[in-house]
Amino acid sequence: MTPAAARNAGSAFAPDQLPPSFIVELTEFSGPLDLLLTLIREEQVDIYDIPIARVAEQFLARIRTLELNEAADYLEMAARLLRIKAQMLLPRGDGAEAWDDPRAELVRRLLEYQQMREVVDVLERAGEERRSRFARAYIPLAAAPPEAPLALSLSELLAAVDRILRASREPSIHDVITRSVDVPGAITVIRALLAIRARARWTDLIARDAEPWLILSTLLGLLEMAKLGECRVLQPRPFANVEITSDAASEAA
Amino acid sequence: MTPLAKLLEAALFASARPIPSDELASLEPEASKAAIAAALDELREHYDVDGHGVELIEIGGGWQILTRAEYTEAIERAQLASRPARLSAAALETLALIAYRQPLGRAEIEEIRGVSVGSVLKSLHERGLIDVVGRGEGMGRPLLYGTTPIFLEYFALRHLEELPRSDELAVALRAEPRAL
Repeated sequence: MTPAAARNAGSAFAPDQLPPSFIVELTEFSGPLDLLLTLIREEQVDIYDIPIARVAEQFLARIRTLELNEAADYLEMAARLLRIKAQMLLPRGDGAEAWDDPRAELVRRLLEYQQMREVVDVLERAGEERRSRFARAYIPLAAAPPEAPLALSLSELLAAVDRILRASREPSIHDVITRSVDVPGAITVIRALLAIRARARWTDLIARDAEPWLILSTLLGLLEMAKLGECRVLQPRPFANVEITSDAASEAA
Repeated sequence: MTPLAKLLEAALFASARPIPSDELASLEPEASKAAIAAALDELREHYDVDGHGVELIEIGGGWQILTRAEYTEAIERAQLASRPARLSAAALETLALIAYRQPLGRAEIEEIRGVSVGSVLKSLHERGLIDVVGRGEGMGRPLLYGTTPIFLEYFALRHLEELPRSDELAVALRAEPRAL
């Protein structure tokens, strides 16, 4: 069904709900200037001598049903038309002095808009021409490639959870005892261990049943030492045991 | 066909996008510009004269092999490929303004079209038809938009100069402004 047919059908079936004037689906116009140009064409009036009162009246009749988000653009134009209409009513000087036509700015905008519409016609034809031919392959607009999935199997994940659960003791949710984290103490322990062994592993530092505060202290101590360059910390793959080696450079120093 | 024309045909077949002439030239460093142009002519003639279902088109600053328009409907009916969606009137109007007056800011477009164009600019940008080409002077240093190579491709234009000059446009309503 064409928009015009839909319109007619609509007004035929529900005559009571609609105001008697001509109702137009504004979506078929791309803006107030488009609507205005259409009116001027339908009325077959001279664009340089627009009967502003008649056009303004028609314009208002057509925007009676407005979508809220379109309203502002059309209302702005309606206000402009009414202002010009009012200015046209003012008495003009007697020929001697030039009369500033209040419609001049509107005419300029309409011509500018009309010129753009001609470019639109050119583009539309050109686009249709291209649309009627296929290239060898359709390439969708480049979308960001999805993140590479983690190379991790379920058993590895479960094993990791298992290690965490076993490394920490039974969680006690309500029983909060603040334990100050003892980083210097942990560093002393790690230094002592590295003094006798050039290479140690995380599990050498932390007993299986170590308490969280101790695990945390050791971790922070380890990171601190790594930052200072006292040791190197290496994890060959995710969830593997962390290897700690004393840094040869700092040993020499 | 000459070996050079065959080489160009293979490259054009392999690429889904138009290939600019200088990229075609890089396929055969020995070949001169004139030789490449002659080979392209040869290939085009080959398609046109021998009667092929495809043709060689100069488009968007490059060359591309496209199917002939007469087969489009059959191809689409068989659902082997589908035409891209048409642009809306609002999108076309906005594109027309940007194409002619680039670099152009949002405020100027809204001034001429008489409507707000924020969402239209966004969707044109997403489709790659326009891009931000700079920032204007003045309050808030507004973004300025220009057309992209995809724009030329979409409208099968060789270059922007192929659009009619604004003084060539036969404005239907234009007449010598009378003394009002």
